[in-house]
Amino acid sequence: MTEPRSIAIHVPVLARVEGEGSLEIRTRGRTIAELKLRIFEPPRLFEKLLEGRDYGEVPDMVARICGICPVAYQMSAVHAFEELFGIDPGPWVRDMRRVMYCGEWMQSHALHIHLLAAPDLLGYDNAIAMARDHPDIVRRGLLLQALGNDLIRLFGARAVHPVGVRVGGFHHVPARSDVAELHARLVAAVPQAEALVRWAAALDLPESEQHFVSVALRHPAEYPMNAGRLASSAGLDAASADFTQHFAERQVAHSTALYCFLHGKPYMVGPLARINLNLERLPAAVRVVLDECRFSWPSRNPFHSIVARAAEIYFSVLEAARLLRDYSVPRAAHAEVVPRAGVATAATEAPRGVLWHRYEVGEDGRITAARIVPPTSQNQARIEADLRHSLETLGLERSDAELRQRCEMVIRSYDPCISCATHFLDLRHARD
Amino acid sequence: MTLPNPGRKPRVAVHKFSSCDGCQLALLGLGEDLLQLSTLVEFVHFAEAGPVDPGAEVDIAFVEGSIGTAADMERIREVRAKSRFLVAIGACATSGGLQALRNLAGGQAWIRAVYPRPAYVDCLATSTAVSRHVQVDFELWGCPVSSRQVTVALRALLSGVQPVEERDKVCMECKRSQMVCVMVARGLPCMGPVTRAGCGALCPGIGRDCYACYGPAENANAEALARRMEASGIPSAAVGRRFLSINSASPPFFAAGIGRMDSHD
Repeated sequence: MTEPRSIAIHVPVLARVEGEGSLEIRTRGRTIAELKLRIFEPPRLFEKLLEGRDYGEVPDMVARICGICPVAYQMSAVHAFEELFGIDPGPWVRDMRRVMYCGEWMQSHALHIHLLAAPDLLGYDNAIAMARDHPDIVRRGLLLQALGNDLIRLFGARAVHPVGVRVGGFHHVPARSDVAELHARLVAAVPQAEALVRWAAALDLPESEQHFVSVALRHPAEYPMNAGRLASSAGLDAASADFTQHFAERQVAHSTALYCFLHGKPYMVGPLARINLNLERLPAAVRVVLDECRFSWPSRNPFHSIVARAAEIYFSVLEAARLLRDYSVPRAAHAEVVPRAGVATAATEAPRGVLWHRYEVGEDGRITAARIVPPTSQNQARIEADLRHSLETLGLERSDAELRQRCEMVIRSYDPCISCATHFLDLRHARD
Repeated sequence: MTLPNPGRKPRVAVHKFSSCDGCQLALLGLGEDLLQLSTLVEFVHFAEAGPVDPGAEVDIAFVEGSIGTAADMERIREVRAKSRFLVAIGACATSGGLQALRNLAGGQAWIRAVYPRPAYVDCLATSTAVSRHVQVDFELWGCPVSSRQVTVALRALLSGVQPVEERDKVCMECKRSQMVCVMVARGLPCMGPVTRAGCGALCPGIGRDCYACYGPAENANAEALARRMEASGIPSAAVGRRFLSINSASPPFFAAGIGRMDSHD
């Protein structure tokens, strides 16, 4: 019988996650005494610096919260204001926003799968080393990433902090010739995206059956992106305006990101949660490939997130191609906007999960208070719960190197974006 | 900069401070060119891409992000000590970034107001440019910097020459591309006349006004542009906000913006 021991694993900088965080674990014998996912991203106080700004400045400012998912921040912001101002930007804007969001899902998921996650699974330190032995897999990933970036550029002129989105619609209408070229590339990428899902599903992923609650948007007809109600696998069905009736954030000593709980409990957002709650909203072509997996959906294994991400890339390629197939040029790129005072809220599906915004707007269209709940702070408590489960299942008697590697895999499977996990409580809540 | 001994690839580090990670994507979003680049240089520290060795001696260090905590102040000195040539990339590293708006408001007050337990948070009252703390050998401005900017600078360094600084104004790029001036034709409050070139005049290219994410150009006459905007009927406070945004801590923009923000806010 092994002697009880006390070990401390300290991983000071987590490789291959966006932003920087670290993990501290203390175990005593067969139990975990302490487990802290530390986020040491300095606070950037975004919600505070939005105060006093005009609503029209917000989309370009909130984009700067995250370089990897700027479109998501722009989308949640414009939907919130349009809802408050009573603006319907019409079907063209609605469809093209969905195309742009498809681009963001594609580039973000492709980056994560190929540059951040796959090296773990295939036994390499990084993608550059992996590319030497698996050039075709890395190339396919980079191709899908580039295609996603080019979809964002079509509307936003650049892929990081794109400049084309505004309240009411877009700043410009893409030319038919540019759309036709991208449509052809999307159609050509369909087989590659399908092959990516099969490749991901065939990866040797660890078994890790867990009980967790999935949270995502649900839309009556579509796979959710820009619209829908908040839903959970435990039966939640709420308007995004009622977010705070169900979800609450807490500050903890070891992290600058807040921890968000649903009815007091950890939960999961992101691609796996989205598929778990929206399987029947996926196109038949995507469902067919998912049905061929060795495991069934909905999935209770967070390591299946990589398959969910691949499936969402496939979905995005099909969806963007569908929406650009019969492209027509609208009369205007955006609806007219007249601000009105009140509270604006919206949730959209960022690549990493539900992204909720709330703004208080004055008569003059200027922001008096802002609150942003990003996906990574929602996943934080779930990641810690998963780490406990995964380590105890793996066996704490394993070597430090093995434990450390498993921890990094668990964290990375949630694709935490630590830059955007940085924000603070609503002022009023903070003083209660 | 002189290259290391022939036969050894130059060693490169990418360090992150307070930022959105968007400037690192200038490298991570290179596609196949990233694989090509890895045959020319050795990435010894680039946490987001995999290699982690923050204390390694390197030939070239790219630094993303502003200095926003006491720990950052220590860390940037260590990075400087270990790097032969230090390149600050992006608005956060070159001017303090959007988060430098807290410098105007008294950052500690903001932290106290909003964190239930401010003592848990290591956060300086200000967000500042890297060059305020250590010697910077070259700056690439932009929010975000583009892949072209980063690879051009890297190529110059690999050839043993100092990279060329972009000093033109966005107006020059805009004119060269034969775009219609959005200020003259549509009266939009375009920041192109005072903003550093390098983006390719993206905003005028899609019919909107530049919002100065590349920071001030050389000899930017910010005050004259601010008065021109006011004369066209834009409220003073709104003009102030045009200057005090992504690069609020850059001296020309700060000077033009600060008095105007106070007048109405």
